Amino acid sequence: MDFAFMQEAFLRLITGIPLTLNLAFTSIAFGAVLAMLLALLRMSNVKVLDWLAQAYVFVFRGTPLLVQIFLIYYGLGQFRPTLQELGLWGFFREPYWCAVLALTLNTAAYGSEIIRGGLQAVPHHQVEAARACGMSGFLLFRRIIFPIAVRQALPAYGSEIILMVKATSLASVITMMEVTGLAAKMISQTFRAVEVFIVAGLIYLVLNFVITRIIMAIEWWLSPHLRRPPAVEPRLEAAHV
Amino acid sequence: MQQLSYFELVGFGPNGWGWALLMATGMTIAVATCGFLAGSVVGTFVAWGKIGGNAPVRWLSDGYTTVLRGIPDLLVIYLFYFGGSAALGAIGSLFGAEGFIGVPAFVTGALAIGIVSGAYQAEVFRGAYQVVSRGELEAARSVGMHRWLMFRRIIAPQVLRYAIPGLGNTWQLVLKESALISVTGLVELLRQSQVAAGSTRRPFDFYITAAILYLVITWVSTYLFQRAETYSLRGMRRAS
Repeated sequence: MDFAFMQEAFLRLITGIPLTLNLAFTSIAFGAVLAMLLALLRMSNVKVLDWLAQAYVFVFRGTPLLVQIFLIYYGLGQFRPTLQELGLWGFFREPYWCAVLALTLNTAAYGSEIIRGGLQAVPHHQVEAARACGMSGFLLFRRIIFPIAVRQALPAYGSEIILMVKATSLASVITMMEVTGLAAKMISQTFRAVEVFIVAGLIYLVLNFVITRIIMAIEWWLSPHLRRPPAVEPRLEAAHV
Repeated sequence: MQQLSYFELVGFGPNGWGWALLMATGMTIAVATCGFLAGSVVGTFVAWGKIGGNAPVRWLSDGYTTVLRGIPDLLVIYLFYFGGSAALGAIGSLFGAEGFIGVPAFVTGALAIGIVSGAYQAEVFRGAYQVVSRGELEAARSVGMHRWLMFRRIIAPQVLRYAIPGLGNTWQLVLKESALISVTGLVELLRQSQVAAGSTRRPFDFYITAAILYLVITWVSTYLFQRAETYSLRGMRRAS
């Protein structure tokens, strides 16, 4: 084990962290919005919309992410003249935006099922109580349903975020130089797979560890009702009366 | 040259890529299956380590599942592809062989998938083992069954029954992971589509075909796992 080399690898690979996090969080942010829309379509009780959302989820969960990335980045190149006419070629020419698009569409499919589970787990009596107070429509959704659903869905969504951080590694196949891309380049230059692998693996483990901690903190912050109440200091002056 | 229609392109005619794509689909299924089975073996031992091991063994197997589930699969594939060749080269040079010795892409692919999916399957098996009733294990011990006999007659059949849904999920992961093996040059479905797309300049047609074939495999395997689940539960009373 060559520690000088590993240090060099570490210094080279950490320059890829910003891009890894950038890809992950951009696509998670867009993906969460799309996932919410899909979950609402699934629960809309309109057959056509429900069916559309189901088909979307089936297609994006049933095919490998790498195929989706290739389909968008290389596949759409086949329609280059049409895309140029529409003025969209600038978007699809960039590997960054293609990767973000593919990751967004992919995470939305998984996320919509998680959000749907969260929405369905909102206790019915809470909704009834809110209705009894005169809430309805968007107010009911914003104040009662959405916060409870988010709380229920957060642990599962947390593992989806970890999966997305791992999935950004596939962007390296379409020339994005994030951590895995830099690692692959370094391995093929030096043929020291084990050292580079250990360093890159450690970087991902630390990233994922920090993210899990952050999600756990948010979970703790969102569920004050499950925490023990703080111990109340006995009021001494009352005891002396 | 006139433009071929989509169905001529992916069909089985003289200019069609149908047979090549079908063979590649077979290769995808083969590498995924081998990887999955390797993962079952790894997963069984890791689950055993987690359940019945002493402290260092437990610590090791916990570390294994945490690490392998926390790093990207693509990195593991690169490790096996480049690292495997380097290791073989080193062993080869001991015996006087010279130069680069490549590991067959199928073997590296199946091994990488096995190592990763082993971590997932270990968790599935551990969860299923915890559902097996303690009373049955005690009963087996009380009639004098040894470890191996007890594993074969009592534990394995029941763990398998409870593990089927989780194994189904892992199989889907493995199937999608097998697409990543294309980076090592193994001619499976995605690699074959890349080759075809490159030589015909019709990338969209071939990638969408690959996507459809993957969907078909997923769909059929979901059906088979459901069948297996109902079959394995045929003797169980269901709470209604």
